[in-house]
Amino acid sequence: MTTRRTALKAMAGGLALGVGGLHWDTKPANAQGQTPKRGGTLVFAISAETPHYDPHASDTYATLHFAAPFYSTLLRFNLSKFPQVEGDLAQSWTVAPDLMTYTFKLQPNVKFQDGSTLTSADVKASYERLRNPPTGVVSTRKATFADIGTIETPDATTVIFKMKAVNAAMLEHFASPWNVIYAAKDLAADPAAPRTKINGTGPFTFVEHVKGSHVAGKRNDNYFKKGLPYLDGWKGVFTLQAAAMLNAIQGGQVLAEFRGISPAERDRLVQTMGDKIRIEESSWTLNLLIAFNTEKKPFDDVRVRKALLLAIDRWGGSQGLSRISTLRSVGGVLRPGSPYATPEAELVKLPGFSKDIKVSRAEAKKLLAEAGVPNLKFTLWNRNLAMPYTPAGIFLVDQWRQIGVEVEHKQSDTAPYLATMNSGNHDVAIDFSNLFMDDSSLALAKYLSLDRAPENRSRSKDPALDRLYDDHMRELNAEKRKTFIRAFEKRLFEQAYQQPLLWWHRIVPTHKVVMGWKMSPSHNLGADLSEVWLNQ
Amino acid sequence: MASAAPPISVPPLIQPRHALIEFCRQQPLGAASLVVICAMMFAGVFSELVAPYDPLQIDFASILAPPSWSHWCGTDAYGRDICSRLIYGSRTALVIGFTASFVGSSIGAILGIASAYFGGRIDSFIQRIVDVLLAFPIIVLALVVVAAFRKSVVGGVDVNLIIAISIPILPRVARVVRAAAFSVRVMPYIDAARTAGYSNTRIIFRHMAPNVVAPYLIMLTAFIAQAILLEASLSFLGLGVTEPTAAWGLMLSGNAADFYREAPWMILFPGIAISLAVFAFNLFGDSLRDFLDPRFKI
Amino acid sequence: MLRYVVNRILLMIPTLIGVAILVFFMLRVVPGDVVEVKLRGDGGTVSQETIESERKRLGLDKPMVNQFADWMIGMAKLDLGKSMWTERPVTEEIAVRLELSLQVAIMATIIAVLIAIPLGTMAALFRDTWIDYVVRLVTIGGLSIPSFWFGMLIMLTLLGLFNWLPPITFTPIYVDPIANLTQLIWPAVAVGYRYCAVVARMIRSSLLEVLSEDYIRTARAKGVFEKLVVSRHALRNALLPAITVIGLEFAFLIGGLVVTEQVFNLNGIGQLFVQSVSRNDFTLIQGMVMLIAAFYVFVNLVVDLLYAVFDPRIRYT
Repeated sequence: MTTRRTALKAMAGGLALGVGGLHWDTKPANAQGQTPKRGGTLVFAISAETPHYDPHASDTYATLHFAAPFYSTLLRFNLSKFPQVEGDLAQSWTVAPDLMTYTFKLQPNVKFQDGSTLTSADVKASYERLRNPPTGVVSTRKATFADIGTIETPDATTVIFKMKAVNAAMLEHFASPWNVIYAAKDLAADPAAPRTKINGTGPFTFVEHVKGSHVAGKRNDNYFKKGLPYLDGWKGVFTLQAAAMLNAIQGGQVLAEFRGISPAERDRLVQTMGDKIRIEESSWTLNLLIAFNTEKKPFDDVRVRKALLLAIDRWGGSQGLSRISTLRSVGGVLRPGSPYATPEAELVKLPGFSKDIKVSRAEAKKLLAEAGVPNLKFTLWNRNLAMPYTPAGIFLVDQWRQIGVEVEHKQSDTAPYLATMNSGNHDVAIDFSNLFMDDSSLALAKYLSLDRAPENRSRSKDPALDRLYDDHMRELNAEKRKTFIRAFEKRLFEQAYQQPLLWWHRIVPTHKVVMGWKMSPSHNLGADLSEVWLNQ
Repeated sequence: MASAAPPISVPPLIQPRHALIEFCRQQPLGAASLVVICAMMFAGVFSELVAPYDPLQIDFASILAPPSWSHWCGTDAYGRDICSRLIYGSRTALVIGFTASFVGSSIGAILGIASAYFGGRIDSFIQRIVDVLLAFPIIVLALVVVAAFRKSVVGGVDVNLIIAISIPILPRVARVVRAAAFSVRVMPYIDAARTAGYSNTRIIFRHMAPNVVAPYLIMLTAFIAQAILLEASLSFLGLGVTEPTAAWGLMLSGNAADFYREAPWMILFPGIAISLAVFAFNLFGDSLRDFLDPRFKI
Repeated sequence: MLRYVVNRILLMIPTLIGVAILVFFMLRVVPGDVVEVKLRGDGGTVSQETIESERKRLGLDKPMVNQFADWMIGMAKLDLGKSMWTERPVTEEIAVRLELSLQVAIMATIIAVLIAIPLGTMAALFRDTWIDYVVRLVTIGGLSIPSFWFGMLIMLTLLGLFNWLPPITFTPIYVDPIANLTQLIWPAVAVGYRYCAVVARMIRSSLLEVLSEDYIRTARAKGVFEKLVVSRHALRNALLPAITVIGLEFAFLIGGLVVTEQVFNLNGIGQLFVQSVSRNDFTLIQGMVMLIAAFYVFVNLVVDLLYAVFDPRIRYT
């Protein structure tokens, strides 16, 4: 028990210090230490319009790009030193050695948009809503906060979280961009208020939302971080087609898009705008997976699954796909380049990752023949989104044709797509994994047995895999932890229940006058615009 | 015998072969469009023989290649040969266009004839339904049908699409056929036939049907054009056929517009194909109408 | 005359009720709804109970007939319900976007009619000459060229040749006429081309028919100036059926707008409709369909009445 606690404490400490070198080729926007200028309105594009204003109930970046500038969170990620956390509303905090108590001291004199002062009661009310939403309120991260025992507020600027169980990544969860703080009195009056009304403590105040057109905010002069924000205001224009968004950037009507564009789009902007456009790139904490429905014949046969994975030329295919889509990096269960990810030398030894595609495909054909289905035919379920689901589907259909397997590619809208996968009606599906940080407990959870992980779209039940996961969770030594993760990955790929196809690559275009925005591996981060300024 | 001439003139007693030659002589533009249509149909039916490449063949080494001897219309973002995709696309267009138009027009014609022949309550009832279906533009009704079917994919995308496109065609044909059949219905010889005890079927098939053949054919052709356009529009919106099927409207959606500088052929050729096909069918329909009955107004 | 008007108005009602029944039940014939799309949108794990409770909150668990009755009663009070995606009233969602689409439609109509009348007249007057052929080809082109492709070409030409794009957000014409017109002229042209083609063809064939009438022959025999013959006698009579077409096609411009607004990224009701279909937002689809149908029926009525006003023969049918 003690071993576990100290192990996890060390882990937490390690995470908090930003272990390992994450590499991404970023040119920081505020290079040469220029002094930020006050003033100006930033107009940028948002590629999806959120149906409501409540990040607690949302899983889409559309809500964050819209609402994050109006709110604050307890902690946030220090994007220059990702994944380190720094305080936002919390002026300082302490973590008990046993990781069971988290104490936060709040900034004094923080005002909501309506003039009232923030107290610990507001933080408590917000977190109560997150972990125990009243009826009529949806909290999509409810399970994450199940480990919180009690929330105490001894005085107006102190909040104490007492945990029921140890969660090593708890600090990162407090820094999660979705967990914005609402006013307790707003929630008491109507728990669903945040869906339609905005009243926050963030760097900007809400001005207007013209449905279908744009959202606008203006500078909060009472923002608790003195001197910030630099902008006078901002406007987020909804551009629902990629073509419209690109045209708008090229035409100078918007100065940035903060989610990510494809390499082809980047090339077009660079060609037409020259040095007026700045491009920042990073690997992305998103991937696409191939999930075989292990409950359906013949995908209950490991030979069939393995064969289909062997047929895919990841290394070769990623060259082509990375030119036209956001798919880029070949990686295992963790984001390539992150601290615990398997290095290339080890990766190529795993099934599906060999660089010799001819040998792999020959073996694939052999396995299929052995399993008795040399001329396999099945349906591939995919989501109806142009980027990068469509290219992934087209690519996979082509790869499987190379070993004589005929695949019908069915793309459908999010609802029937998810419904089919969740009810186990699919043969093979392209699934996705959308994380906001590299924590392995988050990333690996998707591959656990179906009863532990309802989002396991291969519906596999493998106790050996579960054991490896639990082992890695309680391992203290970083190196030994890596071996558990490697063993987990090896077993997962040899059993071939599901496997990441490729990890995405994030490319963010900003006009060169936009300064102070920080790149990170997740498009959910850095949306509050508090440190952005215009160099005009 | 009171056998008044039917109000719609049908070329009397001309062999089909002679009719074709007559048609080409009288309507040169129509003949030209017929040639285009036949070429399209040939390409659609014999795609495997005509197309130089496999339309689904990905080739990352030659993406966005300009038109050349090896790729007559260039390649798209996946290296797929555009010319081959256009040829297979004509198959998609024709299958969906023809089937949807045929199904819609035929059911519409049946309803129109029934309406005219039986009259009375049946006529009123059918007319109310036709009124309701006519109250929106074609694409709006098609989209509603698409919306109805898209929650779970019933029967395959193509079938859904065909149903969605044929439903708006139905009332328009029903209206016209009803008018044509009605004008025959009031002819004395119909009453005479009934009095003589001829069965309904016989009267319908031998007397009324021949007089609605002309408007039926004209509408059928006109709506093939509309159906092709509608399929292209729906696929462009992302609500029709999906990748990697070769379909003209689909080739215009997705990342085609992104590459307009590097690869303008991605946008030009599919658009030209759609325009040409619809143009040909429209022109043919026009010429057919002029040939069969210049007074007939759709 | 009054009887005619009342008759026509009464006929509107069963049509609209029929439309309501059709659209409501057609959308629900296949199971599946908008709640799953909303909650699972970006990949989160939401429990089945959350989905069920959301469904209950939106009233989707009641039997279909009850839901239909609720909706019909609401419509009588001009309340079209709430969008299932944003939970804002349907009327509000539509109202925000209506002005833009209406303006594009009116601009398209003006452009189309201003060009179609001279075009169709010339084609009829110079029948079977090269003028006629050119006009016929151009008009059939208008019917054949997909308006979204035409719109794409316009946009990309502007971008490629002039590196200029229309303004991206909508400003009403009374606020900033330049920004407004430079944004909306292009989609108006893209949609108007087809409209113009239809009207020109109609005018041509209608004028041809009138020109072969006896009274024209008489006028010519009397020695009346050809120009007067055409403008006073022929054109006026030919325009009558053309009015029908202009009216009906105007009501159906929404069809062209549906695709064109996508291409030009306009925040209009066309784009709203496509989005509502993508999201299975039934109440919004229903509301918009009712609006479109009501508009069509109303325009039909107006056209019929105008016809009756101008052509006394109709009134007594």
